[in-house]
Amino acid sequence: MLVYENIRLALFSLKANKMRALLTMLGIIIGIASVIAIMTVGNSITTYVSDTMASMGASNITVGLQQKEEEKESTKEGMSFGGRQRMKSATEDDYFTREMLKNYCEIYADSIMAISAQETIGSGKITEGNLYANISFSGVSLGYFLANDMSLLEGRFFSEKETEDGKMVAIVSDKVVNNLYDGDKEKALGSIFQANINDKFYSCTIVGIYEYEQSAMGFSSSSEKDITTSVYVPLKAAQNANHTTGYSQFTVVTKTGVNADEFASNTERFFSTYYRKNKDFGPSAYSMSSMVESLTEMMSTITLAISIIAGIALLVGGIGVMNIMLVSITERTREIGTRKALGATNGSIRLQFIVESIVICIIGGIIGIILGIIMGSVAANLMDTPASPSVGSIILSLTFSMAIGVFFGYHPANKAAKMDPIEALRYE
Amino acid sequence: MEKKIVIDMKEIRKSFYIGTENELEVLKGIDIKVYEGEFVAIVGASGSGKSTLMNIIGSLDRPTSGNYTLDNVDITAAKDNQLSAIRNQKIGFVFQTYNLIAKTNALKNVEMPMLYGKIPGKQRVERAKELLHTVGMGDRMKHLPEELSGGQKQRVAIARAMANDPAIILADEPTGALDSETGRMVMDLFHQLHKEQGKTIILITHSPELAEETERIITIKDGLIIGERKGSGKPC
Repeated sequence: MLVYENIRLALFSLKANKMRALLTMLGIIIGIASVIAIMTVGNSITTYVSDTMASMGASNITVGLQQKEEEKESTKEGMSFGGRQRMKSATEDDYFTREMLKNYCEIYADSIMAISAQETIGSGKITEGNLYANISFSGVSLGYFLANDMSLLEGRFFSEKETEDGKMVAIVSDKVVNNLYDGDKEKALGSIFQANINDKFYSCTIVGIYEYEQSAMGFSSSSEKDITTSVYVPLKAAQNANHTTGYSQFTVVTKTGVNADEFASNTERFFSTYYRKNKDFGPSAYSMSSMVESLTEMMSTITLAISIIAGIALLVGGIGVMNIMLVSITERTREIGTRKALGATNGSIRLQFIVESIVICIIGGIIGIILGIIMGSVAANLMDTPASPSVGSIILSLTFSMAIGVFFGYHPANKAAKMDPIEALRYE
Repeated sequence: MEKKIVIDMKEIRKSFYIGTENELEVLKGIDIKVYEGEFVAIVGASGSGKSTLMNIIGSLDRPTSGNYTLDNVDITAAKDNQLSAIRNQKIGFVFQTYNLIAKTNALKNVEMPMLYGKIPGKQRVERAKELLHTVGMGDRMKHLPEELSGGQKQRVAIARAMANDPAIILADEPTGALDSETGRMVMDLFHQLHKEQGKTIILITHSPELAEETERIITIKDGLIIGERKGSGKPC
């Protein structure tokens, strides 16, 4: 009963001094808002990344080339940002060869389900009279479709022989079919088209059609008709077109039950033997799960850093609350004296001012939470990830602001409680 | 028929700065008896010890020595929280400066002593409304103190003083801040409460004319009672 009255009273006195209340709460608002914002963003990113990785297959291993450091052996982490010397770009001589890959597949046949490799030719257009479609043109291994969990609407994947021979057969998106063949898939299958990529012409036969899915990270700035979709040809065909035989990067899809992390280090060790003599480059292999892990780790480091800053803001905010409470009880000395004359015990005076301090802090906390969610959502939107404010951090923030209220409100409240009623009544 | 004694003070002494060079004895042995339903004035010039005596009567302070029994409760030995409860239940204060709680309407102000007396909400509001009607403030219950005139504020303060039906109403210069006309109205209100409801009222004042209106006048000077006589008991 008394608590309810005190809350009402505290709200009244806040309303009477809006500007002062707002300034008092500012530290708490900023502190809580930054915690909530960063938690929201961090949560969204982590959730998004893990979802994406899971859909791409957490058991996938990405193998690539990495510049060797001059003194030390290269670090194992593919994503580490060590103190690198001049960056060189890997050349044809440094790439993984077909030979290496073949040996690798033979030795680890038990663990490997498929190898996904990609060789980009470039972006351009398919024209057919007045009709056109924007495409990016690349060669992929059969494993690419498996690794990316793609299935066909119509037609078939490349045959063994087409893969082996590097024939110009293509798998196109349904958008291409819409643009060039009026959506008639039957008509599209088996047709030959001319693709103009950087002023070179390639003619291909369509053997399969996949459904285009807008990726969450992509931009949707172009209109439906102008959208750029991928056209896939066999890897060897693309390599022939680019006059190359090696791979700068590929993805390994492991069989179920294989420990991806362990297999990644095995893979790296295997390829290392080929690169002993290479001064500049060495192989690096990392699993998706370790990528997710290092990303999560990075996020939690950032979260921690911001939380410390927020903690300082909250501390300053708390001191602000204490300061204003001290001012408030001095201003209200006569009121305190009167209340005591009317029969308020020391305890009820103390309760009154602690409740007031808690109310200030909780209102500050709520404003902070709302601001934080807004900021977090805006940031998450800009990064095109779904915003997901964490309920835990909201509850924690509220509890924390309440704790600040009690902690920083106790001293002023106690001072009020201990006032001598006679002196207080006489106070001018 | 023997009347009930509400205030019984024996040999009340009060000293300040005890044990220092400046030790000052403000009250030097005061004996007062006040009976139920009496209207008593305590008169004295400033520095006479009048305020100190009022603080002790009002249980805001304890005497250094002597015995004080208020409505059969021994104040001398009471602890802080007990004094709070005694002030809440047995004493209704009326101050010279009204001391209404700011930004809190008349009704809530009158409810305040009942709030500390833990009286349930509904009962509290009903009683507060009734009291405000008694003092003629029934139509201004939702007004804030800032919106009331001095006389109106003092009437709200009197209603507040009666909230827990205390044994005594202790009025400290209740008309001191008012002009003579509104001061008259406040004094009439005290007379009305005394006559119609039989309230025990103790009026602390420096004004002999006001004191004359009460039934009994106690004069103090230099911490001692120097005279006691009957007053008219009627508004002049």
